[in-house]
Amino acid sequence: MKLLKGKWSGITVPLLSVALGLLVGGIIMLVSGYNPIVAYAALFNGIFSNTYVMGETVRQMTPLILSGLAVAFAFRTGLFNIGVEGQLLVGWLASVYIGLQFEGLSPIVHIPLAILAAGLAGALWAFVPGFLKAKYHVHEVITTIMMNYVALHVVNAIIRTYLLAPGERTDQINASASLQSPFLESITDFSRLHYGFVVAIIGAIIMWFLLWKTTTGYELRSVGFNKYASEYAGINVQRNIVLSMVISGAFAGAAGAMEGLGTYGYMTVMADFTGVGFDGIAVALLGANGALGVVLASALFGGLKIGALNMQSVAQVPTQLVEIVIAMIIFFVASSYLIHWISNRVSKRGKI
Amino acid sequence: MDFMQILQLIIPAAIFSAAPLIFTALGGVFSERSGVVNIGLEGLMLMGAFTGALFTILGEQWGMGAASPWFSLVVAIIVGMLFSLLHAVASISLKADQVVSGVALNFLAAGLAIFLVKKIFDAGQTPIIQERIYKTDVPFLSDIPFIGPLFFSSAYYTSYIAIVLAFVVWWVLYKTPFGLRLRSVGEHPMAADTMGINVTKMRYVAVMLSGGFAGLGGAVYATSIAGNFSHATISGQGFMALAAMIFGKWHPLGAMGAALFFGLAQSLSITGQQIPGLKEIPEVYLLISPYVLTILALAGLVGRADAPKAIGEPYEKGKR
Repeated sequence: MKLLKGKWSGITVPLLSVALGLLVGGIIMLVSGYNPIVAYAALFNGIFSNTYVMGETVRQMTPLILSGLAVAFAFRTGLFNIGVEGQLLVGWLASVYIGLQFEGLSPIVHIPLAILAAGLAGALWAFVPGFLKAKYHVHEVITTIMMNYVALHVVNAIIRTYLLAPGERTDQINASASLQSPFLESITDFSRLHYGFVVAIIGAIIMWFLLWKTTTGYELRSVGFNKYASEYAGINVQRNIVLSMVISGAFAGAAGAMEGLGTYGYMTVMADFTGVGFDGIAVALLGANGALGVVLASALFGGLKIGALNMQSVAQVPTQLVEIVIAMIIFFVASSYLIHWISNRVSKRGKI
Repeated sequence: MDFMQILQLIIPAAIFSAAPLIFTALGGVFSERSGVVNIGLEGLMLMGAFTGALFTILGEQWGMGAASPWFSLVVAIIVGMLFSLLHAVASISLKADQVVSGVALNFLAAGLAIFLVKKIFDAGQTPIIQERIYKTDVPFLSDIPFIGPLFFSSAYYTSYIAIVLAFVVWWVLYKTPFGLRLRSVGEHPMAADTMGINVTKMRYVAVMLSGGFAGLGGAVYATSIAGNFSHATISGQGFMALAAMIFGKWHPLGAMGAALFFGLAQSLSITGQQIPGLKEIPEVYLLISPYVLTILALAGLVGRADAPKAIGEPYEKGKR
């Protein structure tokens, strides 16, 4: 039970939650007449069996890492950014817009420019809830949810009005802005793997560096720990709240650029949310809001989502089972009180 | 097109679109008044819509005929209450972050409902239900000049139930001892505890009431507006109900008013094309209006909106 206290609890609670989540998924499969062992074996094979699915898993991870970083960054500073989805959408649109508008640029200029634009768009979208929180004490959870819907409708309207190409989508971006790579595709049996994962890893390093190696990061974390103590210590709390949301939004916008410049190369009129932004919440929670944790949690969720396709074709279990498992994992992480309570009970009785 | 015709087009459509929002927003009022944030309204509505479609189809098969959708509403209330227990256990007993727990509830509902649809129907959506809740003319009242055609002809009974329930909820919350206890738990749980009110129990009841109401809202949506259930049936109505609750300042009648207004915005984005003068306004402004208004309301630009004081905080006995 030592594992549940002290420095190891940061790892054991997520691991236990994953195990419990998979267990619940297994029980649901049993109750609904599927064989969980066959299904989970198919799921596992669906993640690791060949280079194609591994390439797809990494591709799936890429935006998840960035959206997870966005949620985690806000969390670290005491804010809950549920608006990653909306920030991701405006970022996606901005990256595609830059990808379409400039021709003849070198990729070395064009790609960073497009990602930057995406980050800026996301930052701008997150600025609104950040500003309202700092200035008017408006709870960011509600405003970010509302901003998601505003983003969804506004992005669709902009595509329909200015950028529409046949098929309810924008044109394909210019090759100079594309993250797609024939080389990466060829070594992974023509998956849609692209260079975005490099950007995502750089994003994770930036977040770690910013939070732990800079004064700004120290201030941001301090505000997250205790707003009042920070205020007393002379830290400008309002400024830090806005800054945190803006940085978080920039990560979310960059996540959108991964879809716009990497996986798709265009943007469609969205009937519904992508879900990547919401998955970011799960990723951040499971990753304990750390850069490395977020990367690992993205690997798990990205893998589960790709593996689910195989689980459906081999064991006929609907892919939604994985969503149920992910939801249960969030419940268990959020209710870590339960895990601690059980561990206390057990250790008091002197067993284990 | 004269003014009366325009009103006849807009008002019934607004009330029709608003009904599911009113139910769900009333549920939100219960939960949040007791101090438990319920972001999970969307998920609860989703489970309600799924249950509504499923049990209408089952009711048809069991020979219930026109009573099938009404039967499904009752089942949806029960399913909503049971499903909301997850949120209650996590956020009240296990002291999980209420927002996180609500988000997880939404995830779970989306996954579970489609999982079950695929399992039961072997397809991505349920078949179209045959017995829907249809619009009717209310006897006598629809003959009243002016008011009759606007409010009482070709309307849905569920809309009236929603509006009546808003007044009932107001009465329960503000005129009964139960309502006083419920609100006190959301304002100052420790004071309430000192007075002998069981905070945990009150909050469980409130969250389950919100589940029942949101389940009903979802089922009404499925049986009157959508006609079947797929992954796209509930896409944001729960959050719009949440917005209505906030815009209505956590008050049942305010929430109903806001829901009616949002219903109007929704119906205008559909019927607006037929109305002169509105055609020129791009649809997007109507679509985003509920959300923008909620943000403005929260910023205090449309009157101050004060949330219950203890909202979002798990109650721990003895903690100060």
